[in-house]
Amino acid sequence: MSDFTTDKKAGHGEHYVRPFESEEIAFEELQDAAPSARFKLSVSGWIGAIIVSFWVFIGVFGPFLAPYHENDLPFPDDYSEYQAPKEGAFLGTDVEDRDVMSRIMYGAGRTIGIAFAGTVLAYFLGVVLGIGAAVAGPWVDMIVSRINDAFISLPTIMLGLVVVTAVGSSIPVLIVTAGLIYMTIVYRLARAIGMEIMVMDYVEAAKVRGEGIWWIVTKEIWPNAAMPLISDFGLRLIYVILFISSLSFLGMGVQPPQADWGLMVRENLGAFQTYGASLLPVVAPALAIATLTVGINLIVDDISAHAGGKLTKAM
Amino acid sequence: MSDEDIVFEVDDLRIHAIRDDGSELPIVKGVDFQVKRGEVVALIGESGSGKTTISLSALGYCKPGLKFAGGAARLLGQDVTGMTTEELRPYRGERVAYLAQSAAATFNPSIKINEQVTEAPVLHGTKTQEEANKKALALYRALELPNPDTIGDRYPHQVSGGQLQRLMAAMALCGDPDLLVLDEPTTALDVTTQIEVLKAFKKVIKEEGAAAIYVTHDLAVVAQIADYIVVLYHGEIQEKGPTDTIINNPKHPYTKRLMAAVRPTPAAGQGDEDTGDHGREVPALEVRDVTAGYGKGPRGGPLVTILRDINLSIERGSSVGIIGESGCGKSTLARVMSGLLPAAEGDVLLDGKSMRASYRSRSRDNLRKVQFVYQMADTALNPRQRIGDILGRPLEFYHGLRGKKKRERVAELLTLVDLRPEFAQRLPHELSGGQKQRVNLARALAAEPEVMLCDEVTSALDSIVGANVIELLKRLRRETGVSFVFISHDLSTVASFADEIVVLYAGRVAEKGPTDQVLSPPYHPYTRLLISSVPEMRVGWLEESMQTREALAGIARGVKITDIGCPFFERCPLAIEGTCDKVDPPSRKDGSGHVIECHREISELGG
Repeated sequence: MSDFTTDKKAGHGEHYVRPFESEEIAFEELQDAAPSARFKLSVSGWIGAIIVSFWVFIGVFGPFLAPYHENDLPFPDDYSEYQAPKEGAFLGTDVEDRDVMSRIMYGAGRTIGIAFAGTVLAYFLGVVLGIGAAVAGPWVDMIVSRINDAFISLPTIMLGLVVVTAVGSSIPVLIVTAGLIYMTIVYRLARAIGMEIMVMDYVEAAKVRGEGIWWIVTKEIWPNAAMPLISDFGLRLIYVILFISSLSFLGMGVQPPQADWGLMVRENLGAFQTYGASLLPVVAPALAIATLTVGINLIVDDISAHAGGKLTKAM
Repeated sequence: MSDEDIVFEVDDLRIHAIRDDGSELPIVKGVDFQVKRGEVVALIGESGSGKTTISLSALGYCKPGLKFAGGAARLLGQDVTGMTTEELRPYRGERVAYLAQSAAATFNPSIKINEQVTEAPVLHGTKTQEEANKKALALYRALELPNPDTIGDRYPHQVSGGQLQRLMAAMALCGDPDLLVLDEPTTALDVTTQIEVLKAFKKVIKEEGAAAIYVTHDLAVVAQIADYIVVLYHGEIQEKGPTDTIINNPKHPYTKRLMAAVRPTPAAGQGDEDTGDHGREVPALEVRDVTAGYGKGPRGGPLVTILRDINLSIERGSSVGIIGESGCGKSTLARVMSGLLPAAEGDVLLDGKSMRASYRSRSRDNLRKVQFVYQMADTALNPRQRIGDILGRPLEFYHGLRGKKKRERVAELLTLVDLRPEFAQRLPHELSGGQKQRVNLARALAAEPEVMLCDEVTSALDSIVGANVIELLKRLRRETGVSFVFISHDLSTVASFADEIVVLYAGRVAEKGPTDQVLSPPYHPYTRLLISSVPEMRVGWLEESMQTREALAGIARGVKITDIGCPFFERCPLAIEGTCDKVDPPSRKDGSGHVIECHREISELGG
């Protein structure tokens, strides 16, 4: 038969047939989609990861590695009020003549620890209430959501200041305050993600099967909600760090003489304005806050890019 | 053939996917074809064959994770594969236009249609707004859209799906492109709508003198619109040639296989043979005088009534097909049966006993006996559960199987649906579309139900894969004795599987009876419209069918639910003014279970 060609470069309008060996070829079903790519950090993501691991390391081991205790006065014979960097005090000394670097190292654990604990608390409460509202039905959802809306409309710092003023500042109070304030936002996110999953056919299939609510929440919803929620965790952590630092800066957070980055900025800012000495004791803790939050942000960017914009959609 | 005629040429094109470890996997393996001016070239193959990837190369675009690895895709003589986005800008939207599968996703819902249709040429500076408006108006006319002068002032949600699909064609053609890339533009449409859209596309491509690449898996559609067919499998051309040659004289076994998967035009005598051992007992499932809808209206009834006075019974071991266009209430009926949507009035009976309306208050045994199989296996299977767990849960939940027994039964179920037992370890996304649908069916079977409600289970699948699933369903029915309710908008699929057919129109039963009788005269006018709308796999069918009065009656009308009279009145070529729109149609019975709801006498409905 020569009414067709087996030459691949067959011209237009010709009948080309790819050579085949037998009429009975086993055609397997083709895979629909390429397998999803594994999560990989980009260059900026790696930079972020290095910065964050550095601060976490300092946070954990800082107090052991610091040259002085946070409240030591290492230069007792030096009567100048405000000190530029010098031998033994790489970042200079602060308004009380304490070593700035040692205080940053002591403060790292406190700032990161309080923020982390606050974020975990916010997540625990927000996720339980948010998924609960998504599952429980319109009435519960309505009531919880409206209360949440009321809280979300209050400025976070103001609310924090009021609470701390009322009950007094201590580390547990700071954690609970941050947790409660940021819970409102986590609630919204968890509820949105939960709602989206609730209308999936597999959840409906579980319902018609007769499954109870516990199974639906733990086996059908939670495994699908976890990933987008985890990628939001980093972002929320940044906000809580800034919140705690802001409270400390305003004098309502960590109390002196304990070191905290936000508090350090405030302590030294006054001295800088009054005496016009070295800027380093102000800039160094501010820079510490900035690098940590930027570092976390760089990692979060990579995670949400991997999640394929799902996160932004849910928010 | 002069070279100037060639609008687009693919020359030994190779596209690779980049794997996680950096290695490359060839997706398109050296493909050659050309598209001449005024010609439609169809790329046909199942999903995963690389047809969309190849068509996108005309826009110089590669999906993320893919890259051009060799060869060339020349648009008007220029190789677009190596171009940057900046360099491609003058081509895209101006020289080449892309029509996606879903018009609803293409249009911005909050911008008026005309503004979106004329946007590209105005933005590219090839036309002034006025010229573009003029061109758009001409296209609306050419595409036979209703009210062409004013349709552009509407928002996308104010026109029907078929109209939006045609408006998308207007959007693509407004900039006078040299090449049009159409990616499955009619796959999501009802048969009745598909015809008009196809016809409009064909006409407008011819009039505009544009060239087109038409991507689809449906050979019957291709036969109507393409001049030249390229058959793809595994990223390689298996066969290519003029439409006539490929349709009438296919040479490659894969092409032949594709042809075999095209279901024959529905006709009497195709239904699965009746298993015979039923009929005298009580039906497995019965729907009695059901009225249902959504929302809560005044006086306790539903706010929007979808189904009205539905009666049907599913005999033990039989299969009942429910057909109708989208919006006819097919899925709503299935949801009423499964209890997902409690009926406002009427009863659903299982084994002759009335069940509670809502699934919430049904007993676990009732829930087990009626299993629902979803259309989209993608959303019906939890992406985070392994296949073994998905199938194992109903076994544990309904039958208390655990440990080794459960694993053995899961393996049995997988074998039953032609999957290897090792699949139990996989996650849903590691399966192909057809395999997922098999798991979906296996999950329903795991409950050992009496009735399986299959909602459009093959609609999202390619023709070959869909045909395999139908074969599986036929076998399951023989082997398990389960009754099937098979819902589809595709008459030929239903005809090949069901022994009884129920035709729904606007929430009412238009016709029901044994498959053979429903598919042969006398017909309800609506059944006739549906039958005549199924594309036949021969060149020229489209032109012929457009002449029939059924097709003319079906054009440009959506399904409208009415409170009184026959809802099909507006579209019916046999409608009697003053009767059909005022009085509910009587049931015409011929004594053998065949019922037609129509004001016309049986004798008037024949032939």
